[in-house]
This record gives sequence, C-alpha cells and structure tokens, in this order.
Amino acid sequence: MFEPTALNRRNAHIQSLFKLLFGLMTGLLILPVIVILATLIQEGGSIISIDFLFSRPTDGMTAGGIFPALLGTMWLVAVALIISVPLGVAAAIYLSEYAPENWLTRVINLAIINLAGVPSIVHALFGVGAFVLFFNFGTSILAASLTLAIMTLPVVIVATRESLQAVPLAFREACWNMGATRWQTIRRVVLPNAVSGILTGVILEVSRTTGETAPIMFTGAVFFTPFLPQGVFDQTMAMSLHLFVVSTQVPGVPDELPYGVALVLITMVLAMNSLSIAFRMHLRGKKKW
Amino acid sequence: MVKLSVGGLSIRYGDNTVLRDVNLEIQEHEIFGIIGPANAGKTSFLKTINRMDVFDPNMHVDGTIHFDGRDVRQWRNVYALRSRIGVVFPLPVGLPLSVYDNVALAPRLAGRPSPADLDVIVERCLTRAALWDEVKDRLDSLGSLLSGGQQQRLTIARALSQEPELLMLDEFSIAVDPVTTMRIEDVLKELRQELTIILVTNLVQQARRLADRTAFFLQGECVEIGATEDLFTGGHQDPRTRAYVEGKFG
Repeated sequence: MFEPTALNRRNAHIQSLFKLLFGLMTGLLILPVIVILATLIQEGGSIISIDFLFSRPTDGMTAGGIFPALLGTMWLVAVALIISVPLGVAAAIYLSEYAPENWLTRVINLAIINLAGVPSIVHALFGVGAFVLFFNFGTSILAASLTLAIMTLPVVIVATRESLQAVPLAFREACWNMGATRWQTIRRVVLPNAVSGILTGVILEVSRTTGETAPIMFTGAVFFTPFLPQGVFDQTMAMSLHLFVVSTQVPGVPDELPYGVALVLITMVLAMNSLSIAFRMHLRGKKKW
Repeated sequence: MVKLSVGGLSIRYGDNTVLRDVNLEIQEHEIFGIIGPANAGKTSFLKTINRMDVFDPNMHVDGTIHFDGRDVRQWRNVYALRSRIGVVFPLPVGLPLSVYDNVALAPRLAGRPSPADLDVIVERCLTRAALWDEVKDRLDSLGSLLSGGQQQRLTIARALSQEPELLMLDEFSIAVDPVTTMRIEDVLKELRQELTIILVTNLVQQARRLADRTAFFLQGECVEIGATEDLFTGGHQDPRTRAYVEGKFG
C-alpha cells in the first residue's frame, strides 16, 4: 500500500537532480572567494606583521608598512559614518513612518534607488565639484567622506526603512489607539525593535566604504604623504588607493607587498561583514514576536 | 447621561459606502452591544469614534459624533480623545515589551508616574483583566510571547490602564478560549459600574448575556436598536433582526 508509484519515483529523481544542480551553483559561487583568499594568504601572508601594520612606507613605497593608509581609511570611514548615519536614519524614519502615500514620496523613493545605482566615479566627480571646489573644502578627509557618505546613504536608508517596516503595523495601531503620538510610538515601540536591523545596515555600509577607491581618489586620498592626518581638513592616504598605487604606479615594488595590502584590506571588509552576519543571527535569536 | 451620540453617520471608502446614516445614543455606564455579520460596518464605526480614520486617507466620514457632548471632529487634541477611549481588537496585540511595560505604557505616555504608582496600576489592571495570577511571577517576560488568550487579556489590561471612560471591544473573544471568554465577560459586567462599554460581537449570545441595549448592523445599515431582551424575545420591528438572532443567516 505504501509502495512508491512510478510517478513518486520520477518526482524523487527530479527533486534530487535539482538539489544537485543548485548545490553545484552554490559551490561555483564560493569558489572565487576561496581562490582569492588562498592566493592572498599564500603570496602576501609572509609580509604581514605588527611592524607592517604600524610603520610607514619607506624607500619610495617599495618597503616599510601601511600605517598611514590604514589610519586614513579609518578616518574616512568614521567621518563618512558620522555624516551618513544620522542623515540616513532620519530620512528612513520619515519615509517609513510619516510620509504620506503620494507621488512625492514615490519620487523620493525612486531617487534613493537611483542614487544607489550611480557609478562611483560619477559620485567622485560630483564630490570634486561640490565639496572640493564649491564648498572649498579642498582635497581633504571631509570632502572625501562627504562623497562616500552620499554614495552609501541609500544603503543606510534602505536597511533602516526595511527594519522599520518589519515591525508590524498592529503594534503601531495599538499605540495610536492609546493616544500615543507618532513620535511616542516610534520611540517606545518601533525603534527599539528596529535598532539591530539598522546596525546591520550600518556595518554593511562600513564594509562598502572601506573598499571604495574612485570616490576618494580625487577628493581627499593621496598617492603618498609623509604626514599622518590630524583633522578632517587634511589629506590622507587610504588602503584602497594605496593598493592601486603599489600594484600599478610604483616601479620596483616586491611582489608580496601589494598582496599584503590586499590581504589587510579584504580582512577588514570580511571582518565587518562577519560582524554584520553575527548581528543578524543574534537578532533572529531575540525575535520578539 | 448620554456618553456618546451619533447623528447621520455615514462612512465610505472611496466610492464604497460601508455605513449609511446611523443615529444612536449610548448612555453612561451602559454596555451597548453591536451585532451583525461581516461587512456590516461595525469596525469602521468604532474607528471613527476615536478618530483612527485619519490614518486611512481613503476613509470619508460624514455626520456627527459627540463624545461627552463635544464633537470628536472638533477636538483639536485627538491624542487626549484617544487616551480616554480604550480599544481591544479582534486579534490580540501584545506589544514587544515586557508584560509590565505593556500595561505601564499608557500611564507613561500620559505623564511620568512614580514607580510605586505604576506598580499599583499594573497590578490592578492585570487583576481586572483576569491575568495577574498567571503572570505575576514573570512580569518582565515579553508580552508578545504570551499565549493568544493571555495576550488578549493583556490587551484588555492595557486598555484599562488608560483609565478610559469608554471601552470599545471589537470581537474580543475570537482568539480566546471559552473559559477565558466567560471570565472576561464577568469582568466587563463589573466594569459597567465605572465606564461605558461598546461591545461589537459576532456572537449574538454574548450580546444577549452582556448588553443592556443592542444595535443590529447589516450591510452598512443600522437596522434596529433596542433593549437586548426585546431583540431576542420578540418585540422586533424588523424581520431581518429576528432572522439573524435566530441564526437563519449570518
């Protein structure tokens, strides 16, 4: 009575075929990541040391460490975050909680999606025109970070808006019915339940900002400077640009140096992404409804 | 004394009229039942009373609603109006806060009560909602993770914590087991001493057990309003009411 019919067998057969196909595709997908990481570790692993991380480049950048670039990237990312997170979160709260459903809201939403699709070199040229020249910030950390901030705003806005909208409408209605204003509802019920999702978005933004090259190369990052940045109006070196420079622009660089720079850069980005994934898992474990 | 007076109330969503020309008065300390099948306009009716219609740009309301003698459409501070009206929905809404914070939310929204006052309010409201004994040892666990029936009693406790003058229950027993329903019904009977209750229900027997007067809504029309017993034991003016309470349609 429970013998499989021919149709049952055929379905089971097809099912395992598709499982195999999708599994293979997944394997194919992670292959490049593994190859890249393995190559970087093999070629550049030997150069990584405390000294490499914390000393300056020497001998026309053919030797020494990467400290100015490392520090510069941290400056750029931190200033970009300080600008884009409050702006992005506030805009997302408005769009998700206050904005009426009309053509203007739709246009703004469309603009945000389009902003995410603008090529980074276009952002870079906009940054030169607006921040370096018009606002007269010069090529500086401030101009570069503003450019990065504008480029990554859509990431923050979309992540925030999605985590706000994941909070069920019924919770809001329950609060409104009690006489809560929109802001009281947001502060007491919506935001506390969206904050982990917002943080995930912020960390993703950090990892994206860390790796960007084009938006900073005309606006604030320099080929080489003997000085460490002291404030937002200084120019600085940056990891991504430094990698480009030592791989293609400077003659006589030992092979392992660019690999080492790339390894440090990718480790920073991967660490940020892992943190974001860990956050998301933590969030799922703490699901409140 | 008349607590709520409704005159010529019509509600439509776009071109779709869901309630036509309703006129009724609800007395203070009365349980006023509203019965009727789905799509009768019962929930839309409740929404207009505490001005929740403003959240739905599609919803158009004509006519007047006077709460305590004042037109609700003239209240400048709708938040004050809403805080005087407690609402319980068909599906329980335990907010993702602790049990304690769920009940303490309304007092906190209204001002800055002292912790000692809050403790008293929380215990009193949970006790009245017949939930205190079950949650008194875990007031800091999440309200949204209680069982459905417990969440509904939590919702009622939360509504009571507003110290409302009017309590509106919209088919509160849908997600609650029969025993709990009976316990809540007993609570409602006691609450009548202090406040006015509008009880929307699709259980005609529940209206019969609780309501002093009952209105029968059908497809956007208020067919009949009368003393509850009259609706059930003859004295009908309208054959549709008889058919509905006798279970011939619905």
